[in-house]
Amino acid sequence: MSAPIAADLPAKVETPFRRLASEFVEDPLAVIGAVVLAIILLVAIFAPLISPQNPYDLSKLDILESRLPPGAKSMDGMTFWLGTDGQGRDMLSGIFYGLRTSLAVGVFSGICAMAVGMAAGLVAAYLGGRTETLIMRLVDLQLSFPTILIALILLAVLGQGVGKIILALVIVQWAYYARTIRGTALVERRREYVEAAVCLGLSQPRIIFNHILPNCMPPMIVIGTVQVASAIALEATLSFLGIGLPITEPSLGLLIANGFEYLLSGRYWISFFPGIALLVTIVSINLVGDQLRDVLNPRLKR
Amino acid sequence: MTVFMVRRLMQSVVVLLLMSVIVFLGVFAIGNPVDILISPDADQIERERAIRALGLDRPIWEQYFVFLVNAARGDLGRSFVFNEPALRLIFERMPATLELAGTAVVISLVVGIPLGLYAGLKPQAATSKGIMAGSIVGFSLPTFWQGLMFIMVFAVMLGWLPSTGRGQVGTFLGLKSSLFTRDGLAHVILPAVNLALGNTALIIRLTRAGVRETLLQDYIKFARAKGLSNRRVVGVHVFRNILIPLVTVIGLEIGGLIAFAVVTESIFAWPGMGKLIIDSINQLDRPVIVAYLMMIVLLFIAINLIVDILYSVIDPRVRLQDVKG
Repeated sequence: MSAPIAADLPAKVETPFRRLASEFVEDPLAVIGAVVLAIILLVAIFAPLISPQNPYDLSKLDILESRLPPGAKSMDGMTFWLGTDGQGRDMLSGIFYGLRTSLAVGVFSGICAMAVGMAAGLVAAYLGGRTETLIMRLVDLQLSFPTILIALILLAVLGQGVGKIILALVIVQWAYYARTIRGTALVERRREYVEAAVCLGLSQPRIIFNHILPNCMPPMIVIGTVQVASAIALEATLSFLGIGLPITEPSLGLLIANGFEYLLSGRYWISFFPGIALLVTIVSINLVGDQLRDVLNPRLKR
Repeated sequence: MTVFMVRRLMQSVVVLLLMSVIVFLGVFAIGNPVDILISPDADQIERERAIRALGLDRPIWEQYFVFLVNAARGDLGRSFVFNEPALRLIFERMPATLELAGTAVVISLVVGIPLGLYAGLKPQAATSKGIMAGSIVGFSLPTFWQGLMFIMVFAVMLGWLPSTGRGQVGTFLGLKSSLFTRDGLAHVILPAVNLALGNTALIIRLTRAGVRETLLQDYIKFARAKGLSNRRVVGVHVFRNILIPLVTVIGLEIGGLIAFAVVTESIFAWPGMGKLIIDSINQLDRPVIVAYLMMIVLLFIAINLIVDILYSVIDPRVRLQDVKG
């Protein structure tokens, strides 16, 4: 372990957060992942401000400028750094907006799934008995089917739409959170502080959510990062298959699907660049998640 | 063992029934069953007659019972698009999917286990770090985009391999498969590698983790102390113990591959079940959707059952535990 850098500043005591942060930066790959992820998030948030063009303002598009290769100039002097798609849309702007949609759907469904999964898992662990058996059987059943299959079943039944795909992603993912938090909560439940809370006469919801839940958070954060990455990938896959997001809300998956028809004629950039954006996003989230797991897992402490 | 299998079989039946309820309620009750079972071209009188003939005016539990009886007889309705029994359509497409998934499993094992063993035995070597970094990318690469890039590089730019369809189908020992012809093999390479990549990464990581954990065990130290050759220690003592998690994962991954074949088949225009279901969803061919869902659930339950039984054969400890019914 490195010596405390700011030993001369008495204010900087080693809080758990600082300790985690200093351990996190030990792996250069994870730091790169975190930096790239931060850039991606900024791009997604400020997409309307930094995009060279509003890709969904049809009046700005010129069909004569469609399928231009990367680096080509538009008639009013703008450079299409990553080329244009079949409708003359600047790919760079399209990717910025696509990232926005993909991340929004991934993160939002991740948060919802985490909330649902945590509630179910905590209730199962705390109440035990029939409730626990029922919830955990459901979890086992769901985890024995691949995510894409469940999503496919749901979307085949529900139909398309932003709300429906988020619902499908939540249903697909809640079980991972539920299983993990139940395991952690079962251990926490037997700790003295819970016993003390029971003796103090605190209500059950208060014990579950104010006392047990905060102590179960580390594994949740790890699973959360990994699950957001897989939610983004799954959404892109479903959109690519044409059963995900509608065309009015183009995510990276749809951009890639749009380029598929031009791929065979050698116009690679329409599918290639959105795919790179997707790949970089997923890899950077996974790198951060990998390091978080090592940092937050007390068993791996050497 | 018998008790274990009977219990496991009963569980499977319960799961199957549960899934049939979900599929039935999902497709038949949430969506309007009239739209599902009667062609949209039918006029009002025909509709009325069909509703009565199909028993859609009866209570829901009775309808479910009829659906179940018909399903047990192998009758899951007729496709609107092909005007053929839905189940037959699925069975026609199944060999192509199984062939693709099987090839992918073989590829992922043949590539994944040796690489994982190497990375596990020499964790500090630069090659091992390269393998592990590669496996992270393999994990993160979305299957569909990776498939497109395969087409771009190997079919469009280099022109080495065909990018669409299943090749010529040959017959060998009474089995029909495109793996028996040159043309068929050329067609299967890209889709199979595409499907296998994510799985290969998983098997590399699992094998490596298993090896690293096993090497620390006392019996490995003892085997070494006995003076057994490195080959025997790795080949017998280590390998047998990493087999247990591997079998489970491989079993489940075969199912995963069949499910993910949906993506690969759509990209490479492979005429399997996966392409059929996507086409059916897009064309609202609901009897085929229902038939596919029921078949895939059945397939999964069968796979899970086989994995559980295999597991208890390999690892005697599992059998001794009380399996909760």
